[in-house]
Parts: sequence; C-alpha cells; structure tokens
Amino acid sequence: MIRLQQVTKRYDAFTAVHECSLHVRQGELLVLLGASGSGKSTTLKMINRLIEPTAGTIEIDGTDTQSVNPSTLRREIGYVFQEVGLFPHLSVEDNIGITPSLLGWDRARIRARVNDMLDMVELDPDGMRSRRPNELSGGQKQRVGVARALAAQPNVVLLDEPFGALDPLTRDALQQTFQKVRRESGMTAIFVTHDMVEALLLGDRIGVMQQGRLVQLGPPEELLERPVNPYVAALMDTPRRQAKALSDLSDA
Amino acid sequence: MHELLARLPDYLGGHLRLSLSALIVGVAISVPLGVLATRRRALESPLLAIAGVIQTVPALAMLAVMVPALAMLALPSIGFLPAFLGLTLYSILPILRNTVVGIRGVDRAITEAARGVGMTPWDRLRRVDFPLALPVIVAGIRTATVWTVGMATLSTPVGAPSLGNYIFSGLQTRNYPAVAVGCVAAAVLALSLDGLVRMLEQGVKAERRWLTAGATTALLVLAVWSGAGLAYGSNFGGAPIKIGAKTFTEQYILAEIIGQKIRAESDREAQVLSSLGSTVVFDALKNGAVDVYVGYTGTIYANVMKRDPQHVDRKVLVQEIDHWMQQNHGIRCLGAIGFENTYALAVRRDFAKRYRLHTISDLARVPPNTRFGADYEFFVRPEWRTLKASYDLGSLEERIMDPGLMYQALDGGDVDLITAYSTDGRIEAFDGALLRDDRSVLPNYDAILLVGPQLFWDAPEAVDALRSLLGSIDARQMRHLNLRVDVDGRSPASVAAEFLANQAKIEPSGPPKPSPSGSSGQ
Ligand SMILES: Nc1ncnc2c1ncn2[C@@H]1O[C@H](COP(=O)(O)OP(=O)(O)OP(=O)(O)O)[C@@H](O)[C@H]1O
Ligand SMILES: [Mg+2]
Repeated sequence: MIRLQQVTKRYDAFTAVHECSLHVRQGELLVLLGASGSGKSTTLKMINRLIEPTAGTIEIDGTDTQSVNPSTLRREIGYVFQEVGLFPHLSVEDNIGITPSLLGWDRARIRARVNDMLDMVELDPDGMRSRRPNELSGGQKQRVGVARALAAQPNVVLLDEPFGALDPLTRDALQQTFQKVRRESGMTAIFVTHDMVEALLLGDRIGVMQQGRLVQLGPPEELLERPVNPYVAALMDTPRRQAKALSDLSDA
Repeated sequence: MHELLARLPDYLGGHLRLSLSALIVGVAISVPLGVLATRRRALESPLLAIAGVIQTVPALAMLAVMVPALAMLALPSIGFLPAFLGLTLYSILPILRNTVVGIRGVDRAITEAARGVGMTPWDRLRRVDFPLALPVIVAGIRTATVWTVGMATLSTPVGAPSLGNYIFSGLQTRNYPAVAVGCVAAAVLALSLDGLVRMLEQGVKAERRWLTAGATTALLVLAVWSGAGLAYGSNFGGAPIKIGAKTFTEQYILAEIIGQKIRAESDREAQVLSSLGSTVVFDALKNGAVDVYVGYTGTIYANVMKRDPQHVDRKVLVQEIDHWMQQNHGIRCLGAIGFENTYALAVRRDFAKRYRLHTISDLARVPPNTRFGADYEFFVRPEWRTLKASYDLGSLEERIMDPGLMYQALDGGDVDLITAYSTDGRIEAFDGALLRDDRSVLPNYDAILLVGPQLFWDAPEAVDALRSLLGSIDARQMRHLNLRVDVDGRSPASVAAEFLANQAKIEPSGPPKPSPSGSSGQ
C-alpha cells in the first residue's frame, strides 16, 4: 500500500532521513519508534509531500506520489500533526470539516460527519462544535486534530504522536476506538509514538529509527526477541523495566 | 463663517473623492503585491525598497513632480489625476508592508496544517493566510487612510480642490477661521474613514453581518456622493474656462475678477483653480489645463524664457514675451494690467530710524548678521544675486519663511528686514518703511494677462472681456484690494465683485482707460 524505496532527506550537509525503505500493507498499522530527532516526522511528511525527498521514490497503491498533484494527494491521506495545528480562526466544526469541504461535500453531509467524528474522539458535539481552538484544553485540541485527519474517510492515515497529550483513560479508550474504526474500514496507518505500551498494543509491525536510519522493522515479537542492536533492545525492554519497578513498588 | 461653510460640500467632496479613490486603488495594488512578495521570496526586498523610496519623497514634491510627468505623457496634468496618482503611490508602503508582515507572521505549524489537509495555494491564501493576516493588513490600511486624508490637503497646489483649499488660501489671506475649518474637517474625515475601516474589519472578523453591511454601505454612499460631484462638476453645460491662480492674495483677487468678468460678459462658465504652484501654473497653461492667468513680466522672462530681464524697457518686455510665447507655445500675452508687483525691502520704522535707512544703499550701515527674511524662492532668484552684488549685502543672515508670516516676523522682531511686494496691502497697514532701489537694479514685474491658445481662438468674447481689464488697475488700487483681503479679512470673491461694480459705475461700458503708470497692451 505504502512503499518507500531508498528515501533520503538531506538539509545541506545534514541527513535527516537516510535511504529508508519500507512497505506497509493494506490495512496494516506500522508503528515508528525512535529518539527525538531521529527522522520520524520527516519520514511521515515525505509520504504526503509536505517535505519533498532528496532521493528515492514513494508509492501509494502503486502510484508514484510525484505523479500526483500534492493537494489532491493530501486530501486522500489523513494526517495528525505532532503540533496539532488547528486553524485558530475556525470553529471546531469547520476545522474537522475542512478536508470534506475542500472535496466539495455538501453541508449536511459535512455536518453529520463532524458529529460522528466528535463522538468518536469522545467530545460532546453540542458543547464543542462552535468553539474556537483557544477555548480547548491540550488534550481536546489533540482529539480535534485526530477527528480532522479522519473526517474525509481516507484510506491512509499518518499519525504523529496523536494521543501524546491525553490522560491514560481517554487514551486507552481512543486507542481502542481508533483500532476498531481502522479495522472496519481497512485503513492503512503509520503511527509515531514514544509510548512503548501503545506501540506494542497497536502495532502490527514496529519500525525503529536511529539517526535517520530505519535500523529494524518487524513484528513486535521479533523486536522483543531479536533486537538488532543494544538501542533497540533497551527500547523494547522499557515496558518490562517499568512493570518491574511497579511490582517492586507494590511488594514494598 | 457662513461663506466658509458654503464651500464645505465642494471641498469635502473633492477631498473624499481623492482620498477614497487613492485608497481603493492603493489597496487593490498593494495587497496583491504583498501576497506576491510572500510567494516569490526574491521579490520581497525590491518591492519593499521601492515602496520605501517612494515614501521618502516629500509629499509636496511628489505631487508637484506628477504635473510635468503627466504633461510629458500628454495626460491631464492638473487637477484630480496628479493628486490621485501621488496619493496612491503614498498609500502603497503601509499596506504592502503590513500585508507581507501579516502573511509571514502566520504560524508555520498552521500553514503546514493548511497544506496537510489538502489546500491548494489559493485555498491557503483565501482560507488561512488572509483571514489570519487580516488584522495586520487592516492596520496598514488604517495607517494609509490617515496618511492619505492628511496628505490630500496638499493637492490644492496641483489644482485638485480639497480641504487644503481652506488651509492654503486661509494661510495666505490670514483667514485663520478658514485654516481651522480645513484642519478640523480633515481630521474629522480621517478619523471617520479610519473608524469605518475598523468597523468593516470587526464585522468581517466576528461575522456580524449588520456591522459589515453598515460599514460597506457608509463607504459606498461616500464614494457615490463624492463621485457624483465629479461627474456633475465636469459635465455640466460645456467646459468652463479655467483661471489659474498662484498661492497669494493678489492672485486670488485677480482670478476672481477675471472669472466674474468672463461670466458677466460672455456666455461661458468660469472656474478658478487657486493656489497652484508657480511652475505648475505655467505648465498648466501650456498644456491647456488652465486657460488664463496673471503672470509677471520679470518672472516669465527669467524663469520661463531664461533671459536676463535687467535693464530691459517694460514695454519691450511685454512685447518680447508675447512674441516668444506665441512662437513657442501658442500662448498669447494680452498686455499689462497696469500695476507692477516688484520686490522691495521693508524694515521696522524704529530700525530704519536707528540706522537712518531710506534706500537700499543705506543698508551699508546695518551691522553684519542682520536677519533678513524672504519667501521660499527669493534667495535663489537672480534678483537676490544682483542685489547682493550691487549693494554688497553679503553679510546679511538669510532666513527663509512663508510669505504669509513675514510681516508678523518683522513686527515681532524675529527678523529686521524682509522682502516685500510693491502691491502688498499690508505695507499700508503696517508701521514700517520701504527701502528704495536707488540704483535701479531690480527688473520690472508688470502684471500681464497670459491666455492659452484654446481660449484665445475659441472664445473671442471672453478674450474681449479680458482685454477690458488691461491698464485698469494701478499699484495703489491693487494694494488697496489686497488690503481688503489681508487686513480686513474679506473674501477675494467679494472684493473682486466690489471692484467690478465700482468700475462699472465709473465707466458704464467704455474702453479701458489708459493707466497713468504708462503700460498698456499692444
Ligand atoms: N528544515 C530543517 N532544516 C534542517 N534540519 C531539519 C529541518 N527539519 C528537521 N530537521 C532535522 O531533522 C531531524 C529529524 O527531524 P524529525 O522532525 O523528523 O525528528 P522526529 O524523529 O520527528 O523527532 P521528535 O520525536 O522530536 O518529533 C532533526 O535532527 C531535525 O533537527
Ligand atoms: Mg517528530
């Protein structure tokens, strides 16, 4: 579904992403992990051409993204920004309905869709619809951002730390809803997170990036059992270490 | 006061027409240019630099250079167009700069999100960049509004009527209520337009339709009202004969006399374009924007013909001017009006007594650095060079001042010596002494009637009416007429009417009487 071949992004002498190749299958969710600055966001943005790669090719559904008009391409790909990036002058409703309106949906359909989306991210449509972004909490903004990405029923979604600012219970609920919606619609997703539990829970496969390189890509078990280097090993070990710390705490 | 307010609709309408059209065109040019600058990075600095340079040209100079520039392009070089172009150029910088700053100032995360949800560049501009930059852009438009309305008062000298007419002619004729009316009206207009623009912005931002609609309607009504004035003024009953007047009292009175005479003795309408710059008025006559004005032989001879008028006989001067004008521009000099308005030097009486001053030669007795006040052009005129050389006046301290303020400056002791004009009414009212040009070095400045070819050939009865003015006003009379305006505070129009009424009483329909000062038309 999404195929990257030898994709590289250089800024002058600095290489943000180095010869990254990967293939995400239809309906699959790929989690991208990696330290801050390792090139995760850059990789996501190259897929919907917010950033143009320096080298390599990216195909979606067998079509080279370079052959598609960028705005057409982006309307078909949901994107959740790490910085959320809601439009401050538009209401929650208009933020969520933006891509459908660019696609020319009629008002009634947009309105119904916005209500469904607000329900999905567990925000009360009546209370939220007409608010401005500056009247929302951080977590509420993030959920509106997720709703905006999914509103136009894309086949592909790219999510850059979509649940980072949520309380654990809302996060659990949204993870499950998201998984359910995604499975039902067969959506293909790439999901960036720093939360190992989230990665293990959601990811069909996990990719780990280190200084611009994709160092390992495989199912969770493979990364847990056969990490390619000490960094991957340490990363995959974090849930276990946390669990141990927890049980030590309850033993004491 | 009543007479003042009667002219308010005209001046206000002219002012509004100029300001609004300059602003609308300014916005229409600057906003797209600003958007372009944010899209093509390479254009930003040059565009802002050009707009900045335009802004540094002094406003008065900007309006004045429009006249010859337009004349060169064979466009109407006097009246609405030069003022409109100057003001439009001036309005560009604040709007352009704020458009660029406003759009550049939109948060990068938001512009990236705009691209990310699938907006085309045009969608982005319309749905995100523009609405978010709007407060900054509107702030620029408001700055431009206040500047433009203020600057429009300077359009009077290029022949576009505006509230500046109150100010220019008020300063000249010491009619301070007129100056006040002009200033207050301009300030009120600036604040009102500013308020309307702000209302429009708030209406758009808060999506309050009635506010948007109210502000839009108000602006439209103003535009239509001022625009209607233009259509009415220019198309009613054939083109009026246009009389030019420079920026001093005598010129206002003579222009009124000419206008009233033409209206009374021909079937043509006449319109006075007052307070024109000195070079503007001749250019205007040359290209037909003005049909007639009163010039002065010495000035024409030196400034236009670039010859030295010294020691040339006054009759010969008039003849040579007519000949030269006809040869070069098809302009006719009908002849001399009778009086001469020459430079003279005036001092306070106590100062004259202290140094026993009667003639310019006597100035040899005053201490060095005696303060000498003169109008804007005097110190660069050849007369000053001649005076300085002939009477050895090099040690005087030169002070440039507005001719309207020179007498007060002399009276208050700010200067000791000023240039005066031989027809100035204030000489009679003022307790001072005139110093005689005992070595006769100053050229002649006979007032002459200059008529453009169109008027000369197409309106013979108007030309006849003008001819009847030749030799009809001597220096004493002119001084008296000036006094009525400058000191008594009468309007030039009423003084002109009174003069014509008296003249009609003396000689009901006769030919012009030969003037004692000897000069007459040929
Ligand atoms: N415009 C740019 N010019 C130069 N370097 C850049 C630019 N944009 C990103 N980088 C660099 O590229 C590298 C990868 O950035 P990226 O945003 O992809 O990291 P990330 O993996 O998403 O990090 P985080 O987890 O903190 O979001 C970083 O070192 C960053 O400093
Ligand atoms: Mg990132």
